[in-house]
Amino acid sequence: MRVLMLGWEFPPVFSGGLGTACFGLTKGLNNQGVKVTFVMPKGPSNLKGEYVNLVVAEYLFQDENFKIKRIDTLLSPYVTSDSYTKEYVRHSRVDAGTSLLYGRDLFEEVQRYAQRVKLMAVKETFDVIHAHDWLTYEAGIIAKKASGKPLVVHIHATEFDRTGGNKLNQHVYDIERMGFHQADRIVAVSNYTKNKVVEHYGVSPEKITVVHNAVEFESYNPCKIEKKDKIVLFLGRITLQKGPEYFLFAAKKVIDKDPDIKFVFAGSGDMESRMIDMAADLGIARNVLFAGFLKGEDVYKAYQMADVYVMPSVSEPFGITPLEAMKAGTPVIISKQSGVSEVVNHVLKVDFWDIDDIAGKIISLIHYEILNKELKEHGSLEVKKFDWNIPAKKCLKVYEELMR
Amino acid sequence: MNICLYFQVHQPFRMRKYSVFEIGNNSEYFDEKKNREIMEKVARKCYLPTNNLLLKLINDSEGKFKVAFSITGTAIEQFEKYAPQVLDSFKKLSKTGAVEFLSETYYHSLSYIYSKEEFKEQVLMHERKMKELFGIKPKIFRNTELIFNNELAGFVEEMGYKGAVAEGADHILDWRSPNYVYKAKNTKNLKLLLKNYKLSDDIAFRFSERSWKDHPLTVEKFADWITKSPGETINLFMDYETFGEHQWDETGIFQFLELMPQELINRGVSFVNPSDLLAFESKDEIDMHNFVSWADVERDLSAWIGNSIQKTAISELYKIGESVKETNNPLLLAEWRKLTTSDHFYYMCTKWFDDGDVHKYFNPYDSPYDAYINFMNILNDLTHRLNADNKKEVSFVVERPSELLNKR
Repeated sequence: MRVLMLGWEFPPVFSGGLGTACFGLTKGLNNQGVKVTFVMPKGPSNLKGEYVNLVVAEYLFQDENFKIKRIDTLLSPYVTSDSYTKEYVRHSRVDAGTSLLYGRDLFEEVQRYAQRVKLMAVKETFDVIHAHDWLTYEAGIIAKKASGKPLVVHIHATEFDRTGGNKLNQHVYDIERMGFHQADRIVAVSNYTKNKVVEHYGVSPEKITVVHNAVEFESYNPCKIEKKDKIVLFLGRITLQKGPEYFLFAAKKVIDKDPDIKFVFAGSGDMESRMIDMAADLGIARNVLFAGFLKGEDVYKAYQMADVYVMPSVSEPFGITPLEAMKAGTPVIISKQSGVSEVVNHVLKVDFWDIDDIAGKIISLIHYEILNKELKEHGSLEVKKFDWNIPAKKCLKVYEELMR
Repeated sequence: MNICLYFQVHQPFRMRKYSVFEIGNNSEYFDEKKNREIMEKVARKCYLPTNNLLLKLINDSEGKFKVAFSITGTAIEQFEKYAPQVLDSFKKLSKTGAVEFLSETYYHSLSYIYSKEEFKEQVLMHERKMKELFGIKPKIFRNTELIFNNELAGFVEEMGYKGAVAEGADHILDWRSPNYVYKAKNTKNLKLLLKNYKLSDDIAFRFSERSWKDHPLTVEKFADWITKSPGETINLFMDYETFGEHQWDETGIFQFLELMPQELINRGVSFVNPSDLLAFESKDEIDMHNFVSWADVERDLSAWIGNSIQKTAISELYKIGESVKETNNPLLLAEWRKLTTSDHFYYMCTKWFDDGDVHKYFNPYDSPYDAYINFMNILNDLTHRLNADNKKEVSFVVERPSELLNKR
C-alpha cells in the first residue's frame, strides 16, 4: 500500500497539533507496512530559518518506506487570509521575485500549491491520496483527477472550530465543503467533529470514519519544582477557539474564594492583550501571569508546575494538550466541546460556558487532595493507551475499503 | 422443589448539583424534582403494574403463589411523598398473607462496615417502619446489596433474626449447590438463604438479551430448568425494578411473570416465603470470612469502596456521625443518614473505566469524579452546620470535613 499524503507541517519544524498528528500517523502507518510519500510546503530559505530543520525530519524516517517531498510556498499551518497577505508583503520587500513565485493572496497560493502537487502526482506511484485539512483539499482533488486514485480527506479542524461559528471565512468554508464532497472517504478526529461536519456541511454520516488521535510523548526529565503557590494553567494559543476568557472569568470566581491561587497563561495569540486588559478590569491582575509562548522542555515544566490544567476550548476537534498534561501528572479540566473528552475518563469535564462549574472544579482539585491524587495517578496511566498504531490501523482499513 | 422469590425495592434520595460556592449558604441537598420524576416514572412502569399483577396471581392461585419484598426506608419515604398509591398497593399485598417483608437498614447503607451502632439504629428504624405500615416484625434479614460475612451473621442473630439472605457466590459455595438451606458460621443457628444467581440473572439481566442463546425465555423453558435443578429450594432474588423498568413491558417480562406461577404449580413446584425455609434442615455450614455481595463478577465491596475517593468520602461521612447525633437535631440527623445510602458511593466507582464498559454502571453524574465533588461539597456544608454557632463565615473547603469539627 502506497499513500500520497498531503500535509502542512511536520515536526520538528512545527509542533502544532496538525504536524504532531501527521508525524504520529505516518509513523504508525509505516509500522503497518504502508509506504508514505509526505508532501508538504517548503518555505523559502530566507524566511526566518523556520524550515531549515526539515532535513532532520527526513532523518527520522531514513527508510525506503517514507519520503518527504517539499514544495515551495509561503503557507504555514495556522495561516489566515490576513496573515498570509502580511507575509507576502514582507517577503516581497526582501525578494523582488516574490510575485513571480508565490500567489498574491492566500487562495491563489493554495491554488498554486495544488498545481505543484499535481505535477508530483503524475510522477509518483501511490494507491490512495490522504489530505490533511482544508489547505490541501484542492491539491488532493487535483491529484485525484490527475491520477484517478481515491481521495481521503482528514479533518483536524473546520472553519467552525477556528472561528467559534462567528465570522466564518466563506472562501475557506467553500473549499472545505468541496473537499468533503469530492473525497471518497472522510476521516474525522472525533465524533464531535463528525457531527459538526454532518450538521454544517451536509455530508452523509456514513461517509465519515472517526479516528481519534493518539499521542506520542517526547521523553523529558521530570524536574523538581519548589513553589508555594497553587497554580492553574492555560496552555495553548490565546485565541477565540481556545476559550481564554472563560478561563479568566472562572479565575475571578476562584480568587474571590481563595486569593492564594495563581493563574498562568502560557501561549500567545490574537486575544492575548485583551486577556491582559480583562485581568486588570476584573481586579485579578496580581493573580494572573502571562508566560508567553513556551517551547520544548519549558512546556513540560509548566505542566509539572501546575496543580490543575484547564482546557476551556469553545470548539476543539481533538485537543492533545490535556493528554500531555496528564502524562506530566497534572489533573485536567477539559471542555466537553472537544474530541479528546470522548476518549479520556480520568479527567473532569465541563461545558466551556459554565464558569461556575469550571471554578468549582478548580477549587475542588486544589482543596480535595484525594481527588487531585486520584486523577494524577490514574490520568498518567490512562494516557499510556494512546498509541499511533491504533489510528494508523483504522486509516489502513479505510484505504483497503476504498481499494476494493 | 420449592421456589422462593424475593424482590428488592429501593430508591435513593438523589442529590442535586451542589456547587462549592454554596457551602455555608445553602442547605438544600436533594433534588426534589428529579426524585419525584423518577419515582413517578418507576411507579407507573413498574411498581403499580407489577403489584397489581402479583395481587391477581396470589388471588388466582388461592395463596399458593408467594412472594417476599425488602423495601428500603428511603423508597418508602418517597412513596409517601410522591406515590402514596404504591404504598397502598403494598399494603393490599401484605393483607393477602402470601407476602413477606424482610428487614434491612432503613437507608440502604453500608453502616455495618463503618459503625455497628449506626447499623443497629438503622435496622431498628426499618423494623419500626415495617410495624407501622404492615403490622409485622420481619424474621429474615437482608443487608444492603447482599453484603454479608460471618461476623455480620453473628451480629444479626444476636439482634433476634432467624435467617438471612446472601449471595450464592461460587467461591463460597465451592462444590455445593445454592439450592439448599445452610447455617451461617459463627452463629448458633442462623439459616442462610442463598441466591441462585444463574437462574435469577436469567430473568433480571438476560431476559431481553438477544445475543443470549436461550433468548427468548419462555415459562416452559424456565420451568424445565427449575424442575431439573438439584436441591430443595431455588432462591430467585432480584431488583423489583426488573419488571417494567430494567426489562421493559415490550420485552414480554409481564407475560412471563403472569404465566410462570401456574406453570410451576402445575409441575408440582411449591412457592415458599423466606421464613418458610427456616423449618428446613441446614445442609451444611457456610463460611464467609470475607465480605461477599451480589455485585459484579467480583462479588465484593469494590463497587462502593474500591477506590480512594470512595473510601475518603465514606470515612469522612462516618467520622462526623457522632457529632451529628450529639446535636439532637432530627433534621440534621435525617440528612446525614440520607448521605449514608450506598448509591452515593456507587456513583463514585471508577473500576468500569478499565474494562471500558461504560454502560454497565448506571450513574446520574457525568463522571464518578463529579459524584465525589458533589458529595464532598454537601458533606462540607453539613459539617459547617454542625459548627454553626461558632463559625459564621465559611472561607474555604477542606479535604477532610471532619477536621472542621470543634472538639467539645
